Amino acid sequence: MPQPAVAADDPSPSIPPTPAVGRSVPRKDAAEKVSGEAKYVDDLTLPGMLWGRTVRSTVPRARIKAVRLCFDTAGFTVVDHTDIPGRNVVALIEEDQPFLAAGEVRHIAEPILLLAHEDRDTLMAAKVEIDYEILPPVLDMLASTEALKRLSIDKGDLEAGFAEADLVLEGEYRTGSQEHVYIETNGMIAVPEPDGGITLMGSLQCPYYVHKAIKPLMDLPGDRVRIVQAETGGGFGGKEEYPSLIAGHAALLARKSGRPVKIVYDRGEDMWATTKRHPAIVRHRTGVTRDGRLTAMEVDVVMDGGAYVTLSPVVLSRGCIHAAGAYRCDHVRITGRAMRTDTPPNGAFRGFGAPQTLFAVEAHMDRIAEALGMDPVELRERNALRPGDTTATGQEMQEDCAALDVLREAVERTDFHRKREEYRGTGRGIGLSLFFHGSGFTGSGEVRLASRAALEATETGVRILVGSSEIGQGTRTMHAQIVADAMGLPYEQVETALPDTAKVPDSGPTVASRTCMVVGKILQNCAAEMISRLGGLTPMEYARRHGPLVVSQDYVPPGDVKWDDDTYKGEAYAHYGWGCNVAEVEIDPDTFEARCTAFTAVEDVGKAIHPVLVRGQIEGGSAQGIGWALNERVVLVEGAMANATLTNYTIPTTLDTPPMDIVIMERPGKHGPHGAKGVGEMPIDGPAPAVVNAIRHAGLDVREIPATPEVLMAAAPSEEAACASS
Amino acid sequence: MRFELNGQEVEVDAHPMRRLLDVLRVECGLTGTKEGCGEGECGACTVLVDGEPVCSCLVPFAQAGGTSVVTIEGLGGKHPLQRAFGDHGGAQCGICTPGMILAAVALGPNPTLEQVRVGLAGNLCRCTGYEAIYRSVLGAYEAVDDRRPAAEAPAVGGGSKADGGAAFGTGADGGRSDVAGAGRSRSNGSGADAGAGSAGKAGL
Ligand code: FES
Ligand code: FES
Repeated sequence: MPQPAVAADDPSPSIPPTPAVGRSVPRKDAAEKVSGEAKYVDDLTLPGMLWGRTVRSTVPRARIKAVRLCFDTAGFTVVDHTDIPGRNVVALIEEDQPFLAAGEVRHIAEPILLLAHEDRDTLMAAKVEIDYEILPPVLDMLASTEALKRLSIDKGDLEAGFAEADLVLEGEYRTGSQEHVYIETNGMIAVPEPDGGITLMGSLQCPYYVHKAIKPLMDLPGDRVRIVQAETGGGFGGKEEYPSLIAGHAALLARKSGRPVKIVYDRGEDMWATTKRHPAIVRHRTGVTRDGRLTAMEVDVVMDGGAYVTLSPVVLSRGCIHAAGAYRCDHVRITGRAMRTDTPPNGAFRGFGAPQTLFAVEAHMDRIAEALGMDPVELRERNALRPGDTTATGQEMQEDCAALDVLREAVERTDFHRKREEYRGTGRGIGLSLFFHGSGFTGSGEVRLASRAALEATETGVRILVGSSEIGQGTRTMHAQIVADAMGLPYEQVETALPDTAKVPDSGPTVASRTCMVVGKILQNCAAEMISRLGGLTPMEYARRHGPLVVSQDYVPPGDVKWDDDTYKGEAYAHYGWGCNVAEVEIDPDTFEARCTAFTAVEDVGKAIHPVLVRGQIEGGSAQGIGWALNERVVLVEGAMANATLTNYTIPTTLDTPPMDIVIMERPGKHGPHGAKGVGEMPIDGPAPAVVNAIRHAGLDVREIPATPEVLMAAAPSEEAACASS
Repeated sequence: MRFELNGQEVEVDAHPMRRLLDVLRVECGLTGTKEGCGEGECGACTVLVDGEPVCSCLVPFAQAGGTSVVTIEGLGGKHPLQRAFGDHGGAQCGICTPGMILAAVALGPNPTLEQVRVGLAGNLCRCTGYEAIYRSVLGAYEAVDDRRPAAEAPAVGGGSKADGGAAFGTGADGGRSDVAGAGRSRSNGSGADAGAGSAGKAGL
């Protein structure tokens, strides 16, 4: 590693600093968070600030006939679609979603009108009546004829593959929606600027997504729109695209009133109105030889996109690419479609489509093993991807392919086979899942993003300038570690600027487990560039003598990563992380409640830049996955979430979360900093299938989640439950 | 109305039915107390009233009269639990952290793992899966002079062992880094796991 020349004022001139990478150095944001000083958006109050509120549709599909304000409007600011100075579309992938409904509503909770007032109680009490001409809604994805996206992946010759098979097994697997339940609800403050521009501060993952959406809405050039991330109380994908909408609403109210406006959703509104995980139905038809070799895999994926496109095409895409699982098979066809329904748009959620399809393939693998009378571990060993094998898109696995390693470690560690025997017929069960997760944007996404990062030499060290956000996962800390080592500086001398579009470049969204692997790598390149520009001085010395120095670098696509968007062939991701989860369950014979009593996760992340953070991602993602598997059920009635409270939509508490045994494995990849491959999403891929396979082991043929007592009870009769349907 | 706030007598003028949460955040300007649900489910708004953890979103201000209220600001950033939540990864996004720390304060020093699980059951965390929070609470009362998480933590809670996190001796040389054994010792035997779980419930 290049070392800058030693400065006279360096307190320990001859000793290079202890490398920060690989050590659990203190979190940059710990002190403020544990002391209560960290400022989240609802903690900020500006002089003259108004409160904003969103009036939403209460029917799934209708024409708006009339809107009546049934309150004294003195002191109120009222905004509808006619107040929009620019274009009434949320710019993302497609431009089909309005900020405010203009004449027609296409889902429940669609924003129609905005109100602001300085007194929150007065604001909330204001009554608005809306007359609708009701139109028949489409609420079922299978009844929908409108596809937001279709795709197919083909490898080999499917019919030839089935011809080789001794057994063909079919199955349908369903996964429910899921609410993010970040503990901080969504919120945003808009401040009108004297020059006609607008500044927005809020709870968000992707400042430049908001920036992109606000420019056309407000008809403003980029330099008059400023987005600043406030401390953010959890995201999980839920603050990837939705904050653009809230930001637009706050901006419109601020423009009309000429005053700062704060909108903070209460929990009910946040659950009722904002995005959730796409529900999915996945059908498998698989050919297998008697000795367990997969000869053909046909997979059909349907996802419910909701009323507008939002991110559904890319969620579907990631889901389909992962749909054949961590297995080699010469003949594969995967088809997918995201269907439009008159329900609130579904959006990004940790895992981004992959948890749905990995649930299906992993539950299906256990059914195949059962049909063959084979041990589920043996079936997976037989077919797991190895270096040199190719995935469904034809991507060749490199040396870091760790499918077999994670599987073997997890099996040995949990004494899987002994427990498998021991639990038989006891109401207990043990099951596992094997999975992988591609890091970074799918296919050519990273090339299109063309991310940029920058470093600034300051009088106290270096400052990182990136648009990547800290949402609890540890971005600030992890980036500082990478930069400290790349610069040969102590970790303490590296700081991170607040994500503020007026000050930091667009380093792409903080999603897709890309912040370490992709942005971290660009920062490493920035550090090399800075060292070459310092002329042997330390950054501090340079800044003191010559003033600040800023260097920036763009993303450089790895040369060996090729992808074809039309045929879905090639290197879908630069790297994959690998994981194996083992879950133990106990089923209450009276209530049919399944409880996860022990959980093991063995996950390969390439390199754990900060082991405590990595472990935190695995534990947190696993708990979220166990919740999705067992008790997180979004009840939709007439297109509306009927259980939009934390009382009725329950996430795991301390008493529902099993003890977890976590093993971090490191099989470095070629492209990320220090071999890091990403960790944010993978942990939510494996828990649900591991839990459901444990339930299967306990004797219940469950093929959907959440596996609530009702689902278990329905599976109970189990006459010819066992399978081999085809 | 008069009450004691973080050790100081204060007089605050607010409607008696206003939520204590709002009085603390708005009238008193102490925004360290967070709102996650407003319905008593998440515990983000936890404060101590006469030493007992309560959801301040459910308490009308009238009930606070004459009591002693402690918020996260009252710990001054120096409480061993605050340090431990930083060291052990107990705070990720941090929004549950003030409430979680105050609920943990109410458990007193050196709680057992079971006491922690039961005592924090009313505080939701969506980021950590709770494991790092257990390590933080159990680790908080290790020797105060030990800045780094200890490799050999004192036995806590009937043989359960507080994890260091120091066990994260990640192999610096890449290859395989097994941080196994880094878990609390209960993670190393499934029998103990189940026991811990049911003991936790029985403790209720
Ligand atoms: S805000 Fe009080 S319990 Fe959630
Ligand atoms: S740290 Fe984010 S909710 Fe607990």
